[in-house]
Amino acid sequence: MAYVPLADQDHELHDPHTFITKYVWSQDHKVIAIQYGGTAIFVGLVALFLSAMMRLQLGFPDTFTLIDPSSYYQAVTMHGMIMVVYLLTALFLGGFGNYLIPLMCGTRDMVFPFLNMLSFWVYLLSVIILLSSFFVTGGPTGAGWTLYPPQTITPGTPGHDTGILLMLISLGVFIIAFTMGGLNYVTTVLQARARGLTMMRLPLSVWGILVATILGLFAFPALLVSAIMMTFDLTLGTSFFMPAIMAAGEQLDYNGGSPILFQHLFWFFGHPEVYIVALPAFGLVSDVLSTHARKNIFGYRMMVWAIIAIGGLSFIVWAHHMYVSGMNPYFGFFFATTTLIIAVPTAMKVYNWVLTLWEGDIRLNTPMLFAIGFVFTFIHGGLTGLFLGNVVIDLPLSDTYFVVAHFHMVMGVSPVLVLFASLYHWYPKITGRMMDETLGKLHFWCTFLGTYAIYLPMHYLGFLGVPRRYYAMGSTDFIPESAQALNANITIAAIFVAVAQVLFFINVFWSLRNGKPSGNNPWGATTLEWQTPETPPKHGNWGPEMPVVHRWAYDYSVPGYHQDFIPQNVPGDFGVSEDHDHDTEMKSPQDAQ
Amino acid sequence: MSETVASNLAAPRSGLPGLVDDWSVDKQTYHVPWGKAMMWIFLVSDTFIFSCFLVGYMTVRMTTAEPWPLPTDVFALSLFGSDPIPLILIAIMTFILITSSGTMALAVNYGYRRDKRMTAILMMVTAALGASFVGMQAFEWTKLISEGVRPWENPWGAPQFGSVFFMVTGFHGLHVTGGVIYLSIVAWKVSKGHYDKKGYEIVEITGLYWHFVDLVWVFIFAFFYLW
Repeated sequence: MAYVPLADQDHELHDPHTFITKYVWSQDHKVIAIQYGGTAIFVGLVALFLSAMMRLQLGFPDTFTLIDPSSYYQAVTMHGMIMVVYLLTALFLGGFGNYLIPLMCGTRDMVFPFLNMLSFWVYLLSVIILLSSFFVTGGPTGAGWTLYPPQTITPGTPGHDTGILLMLISLGVFIIAFTMGGLNYVTTVLQARARGLTMMRLPLSVWGILVATILGLFAFPALLVSAIMMTFDLTLGTSFFMPAIMAAGEQLDYNGGSPILFQHLFWFFGHPEVYIVALPAFGLVSDVLSTHARKNIFGYRMMVWAIIAIGGLSFIVWAHHMYVSGMNPYFGFFFATTTLIIAVPTAMKVYNWVLTLWEGDIRLNTPMLFAIGFVFTFIHGGLTGLFLGNVVIDLPLSDTYFVVAHFHMVMGVSPVLVLFASLYHWYPKITGRMMDETLGKLHFWCTFLGTYAIYLPMHYLGFLGVPRRYYAMGSTDFIPESAQALNANITIAAIFVAVAQVLFFINVFWSLRNGKPSGNNPWGATTLEWQTPETPPKHGNWGPEMPVVHRWAYDYSVPGYHQDFIPQNVPGDFGVSEDHDHDTEMKSPQDAQ
Repeated sequence: MSETVASNLAAPRSGLPGLVDDWSVDKQTYHVPWGKAMMWIFLVSDTFIFSCFLVGYMTVRMTTAEPWPLPTDVFALSLFGSDPIPLILIAIMTFILITSSGTMALAVNYGYRRDKRMTAILMMVTAALGASFVGMQAFEWTKLISEGVRPWENPWGAPQFGSVFFMVTGFHGLHVTGGVIYLSIVAWKVSKGHYDKKGYEIVEITGLYWHFVDLVWVFIFAFFYLW
């Protein structure tokens, strides 16, 4: 039966009239994106506060009595879970995914706006459930963000009664929210692109978000299932993950379960999760770099295939988190191999970013600084990943500060730098005003240099064998005095970086009113979101005429054109435009008919 | 509309590059309504959920030290005073669920013929078969509970037997229940003529979900009841 593709339909858009339907129960992807982003940044600040608490304890164990060992573990757990799931996943996919997908794909909204709205409200619910665990008896769970059983459930772990239950419920609710949003993102990218916008003309941002969302849809089920099973172990007394076990001198009522099963399920989610965070960052940073270097992204197709390859490989590397878990040692060989193979497409991407900058007309404004900063931190974090991916090197380094340094560099700092790059880059589109450059650059240098001051010394601590997740080191032979001095320095740097983030918030709120009006396309960017008739884009994005795409997303500095960028919706052939070979000449079967 | 992009036309390529071209054409990757694409993606995601459940089940079945109860004994039922017949109830339930897939397929067919009445009737029949499946499952649960099976213990061996049984069949039962509600709503809307203008793809989309739930049952049946 014949039907019309979305790009050719006159969309029936719901038409919001009241304040409530416009800004609160809104189905507009842009409003939802801001709601998602605001909530995510808010919980991110909670997690940042927790990390400051931990650092004060570690740096000056005898000076501050802010937290006791139990609340230290609770802080570790909540910091980790909030940062990875509730901040980074939600901000990249719920925030930037929502904002950019319809604009970059040239549609009026997501395909299913109502579900999209529901996604945000369910996400908000999951955040409320999570934060409520701070206020229940026993406090939030202190099991570590990986929630490994049996200690998650056994008495003695902080929050083993109510806190862990709220954590599991919150994760379940988050996954429902993510699934509703994720279905929308994937379907919108696949089925609702503008005329002329082939997949191989999509900006890399969309590619990164698309593949990350697909990873999420396939990886979160494992977390959901492990959360359900653990909830039953906790509340009904089943033994999925619980072996026969003594705790506090008493035989518990469990037997025959498999703690390793949890680790497998958790990391089957957990490793793709790394790339759920990293792939959107890869995409967004590619667009920022290309725009501000006034040069096409180097090796566009290679970049796309690398994103897809990394996404696929990320499902078969999970057990490299489990070299010390007691699983079959032969697994180590397989998982170390796949892990190192992932370095190939990743390195390709790094080379391509650097080559994009090569001989570019680089504009060192705030977004560009953050994007280049990302390339640095990502290379450093990635290189330590090669250490940890090898079984023999991982064994002594496992559970030391080397691991902490590694993952904070590669999936903490790096995506956060991209987040800042993207926020500075797209803020003019979201608000119609520019952010202040001086404050922005100050913010960058404080953050960038500060993170090195925090994490470089941690590598050294790790080589010394300083274990992670310890409340205080005490006096141990293998940890010299100098290590403690280093710890104090790290804490000072960490507090400095945390406070420096105030610059960003001042900038955001000050620029909202006082920023220079940006116009539609302040950076001279080619992608569709900068070609909207109004800034910020009105409901429905495009006015009466839907955009038609005539070229790929990276026509910068094309010789023979009167300006140094050609927007995607400008028709015509201007000599040597596109560097990728054939896609330019592609047509859709529908058009041929 | 071909004029606007006419400057981009070229001969189609073959082989792998052609495959990439086909998948990456403009406007849409699959020539189906977005709702159908979305349902497919959801179902793949849901497949991962059930796969994780089944993998979890197989793992605990291997790790538990106690013997696994024999399904043929546990799931036996005496009918009209006969000797207990192994798996008879579950055979009937499976038969009913598979039959409901058949009526669903017929409903899709009538939907594309725009026969509102037959479509709605067949969908309601499907929903009724689904509801009777859930009813029999409730009966099965009641029987096992009365025999002392609990999520944390059972009279015959490994406690994981009860845990997995209630969790996996319960999760599947929720899917069936959701499907029955979904079917009823769509059937009601079909009978009201809600889709006359929009087209009847929704019937097929509902059908996709229903067939998926049936297919999952086949795996649960095979791995849990027959193994």
